[in-house]
Amino acid sequence: MSSQENPEEALPAEQGNAHGEVAPKDDPFADPGLPPHKPRIQDLDERAAKRSERVVAFLFTLSMIATIGFIASFVAFPIDKIVYVWPLGHVSALNLSLGLTLGIALFCIGAGAVHWARTLMSDVEVADERHAIQASPEVKAKVMADFKAGAEESVIGRRKLIRTTMFGALALVPLSGVVLLRDLGPLPEKKLRETSWDKGKRLINQNTMEPLRAEDVVVGSLTFAVPEGLKEDDHEFNQKIAKDALMIVRIQPDEIKNKQQREWAAEGIVAYSKICTHVGCPISLYEQQTHHVLCPCHQSTFDLSDGARVIFGPAGHPLPQLRIKVNDQGYLEAMGDFAEPVGPAFWERG
Amino acid sequence: MKKLSARRRHPLAAVVVLLFALAATGGLYAAFAPAGKAQADETAQSLAIEEGKKLYAVGCASCHGTGGQGTTDGPSLVGVGSAAVDFQVGTGRMPAQQPGAQVPKKKVIYTQAQIDQLAAYVASLGAGPITPTESQTDPSNADVGKGGELFRTNCAQCHNFTGEGGALTHGKFAPSLEGVSPKHIYEAMQTGPQNMPSFPDSTMPEKEKKDIIAYVKAVNGEETPSPGGFGLGGLGPVSEGLFAWIFGLGALIAVAVWVAAHTAKAKKS
Repeated sequence: MSSQENPEEALPAEQGNAHGEVAPKDDPFADPGLPPHKPRIQDLDERAAKRSERVVAFLFTLSMIATIGFIASFVAFPIDKIVYVWPLGHVSALNLSLGLTLGIALFCIGAGAVHWARTLMSDVEVADERHAIQASPEVKAKVMADFKAGAEESVIGRRKLIRTTMFGALALVPLSGVVLLRDLGPLPEKKLRETSWDKGKRLINQNTMEPLRAEDVVVGSLTFAVPEGLKEDDHEFNQKIAKDALMIVRIQPDEIKNKQQREWAAEGIVAYSKICTHVGCPISLYEQQTHHVLCPCHQSTFDLSDGARVIFGPAGHPLPQLRIKVNDQGYLEAMGDFAEPVGPAFWERG
Repeated sequence: MKKLSARRRHPLAAVVVLLFALAATGGLYAAFAPAGKAQADETAQSLAIEEGKKLYAVGCASCHGTGGQGTTDGPSLVGVGSAAVDFQVGTGRMPAQQPGAQVPKKKVIYTQAQIDQLAAYVASLGAGPITPTESQTDPSNADVGKGGELFRTNCAQCHNFTGEGGALTHGKFAPSLEGVSPKHIYEAMQTGPQNMPSFPDSTMPEKEKKDIIAYVKAVNGEETPSPGGFGLGGLGPVSEGLFAWIFGLGALIAVAVWVAAHTAKAKKS
């Protein structure tokens, strides 16, 4: 123990030669040692040192004033007060003053500390050699002896029942963590494949929350629709809208290149899922002349006049199309759920 | 005079005479044309259509065809309505400077009166969206909160959540909505200029358009406050993060380099 408590003993003998060791002349790779120490003006002139002290004290004082300013502006400015400050424009008085005062307070502490360290703290170079990492043989022997004595005193070798039950207890404890993994579930089951769309559900305009009529949708327009019965205050509204959201555009039937798409459309009105098949971003950057839809996240581009085929980007599937028709009252309604899962691909998607 | 006649056989004489003749014709036309208009005592509407037709023949017909039927250089204008003309010409997009991915906004070259005449003529070609009146686009009593909801559903995907604009495919882009008048925003939604889809009254009623205009004015108007001071174009967290990494860390590194580069020693070496 004694040698561990006194680490200085492990140091090389020749220590503290701060001004450089003189290497033997015949050694080309000798450590050149430290360059000769040069004094600062503050080391030579007491008045300069006083000046530096005043500068540091000034910076610390400024920091104190700025902190008081921070507290004062927190109290003084209402949160919604907007002022015009050149060149920032119309800014919140509270944000600006809190930011400025806290910035000054922190900067002055840092600047003061740096100036203090550079001008007044001792800058005499000191070399401090490392300890040898390996412990001495005596220390090693003592540690091993201590360990053995401890094991002996704990009677773990003799009282086998204690040892065995302890191992059993330690082995079983992690099982509670394994059981908790069950809360990562339950498995989604059919949720990834089903949406709220169903046969006979009318398409509701997301702007007005009124059912959409076929004549409302003109060529070149873009409309978003949700299924009938979906209410914004539903408990599961967010989960549902994330799968149900629809993009409605009308394309001249002779411009639709895909046969199935033309059949699934109603009078040229096509309904596509708004959820990108790459990672599920809402996708609706629709260019009405090219009929391209662009995803803002990773630039996947779909051609809405050709079965929403992927023409660019990382998406792996076309956007799913919802089969719709115009019902007897002239409203647009779904003829069933999507034929394939909407949104990004998943392991079991097939 | 003798000198002048001596030069009558000069090679440029014919050009000079032609110029004089053109100037005289133009001047006479300018002098007499208004009189002719006054004589054709008709309704203001048909007068505007007549004037618009003349403007159209000069400025638009080369691309859109002599009767607005469209050519390979420009689409048909039958049925686009006066609102489309008011938007395209009123924002300087038309007449187009050159063909390209997208015709950008530029200096307006017609007066509002001329634009109205052009619009009247194009509207006479076929029914289409009508230029909105002042009260139709006035956002003063609109619901800004509802407008924000509508904007995020219908507009933000291309124009950014505060209308700063954004990129589309092949050189096309959604322009910034900063400084765009309520009338022009309304007309753009109504008519769907260029590659922008339209949002007709049948799917987005007039009141909702007003709400959207009010929202754009609230988040991207002249008086819109920027609480933090540096809006950085309102482009979102990516540009803000990039700014912090480059300029924030850059400033720290610069200060550290400056501190280390200045020795505190009395004798500079």
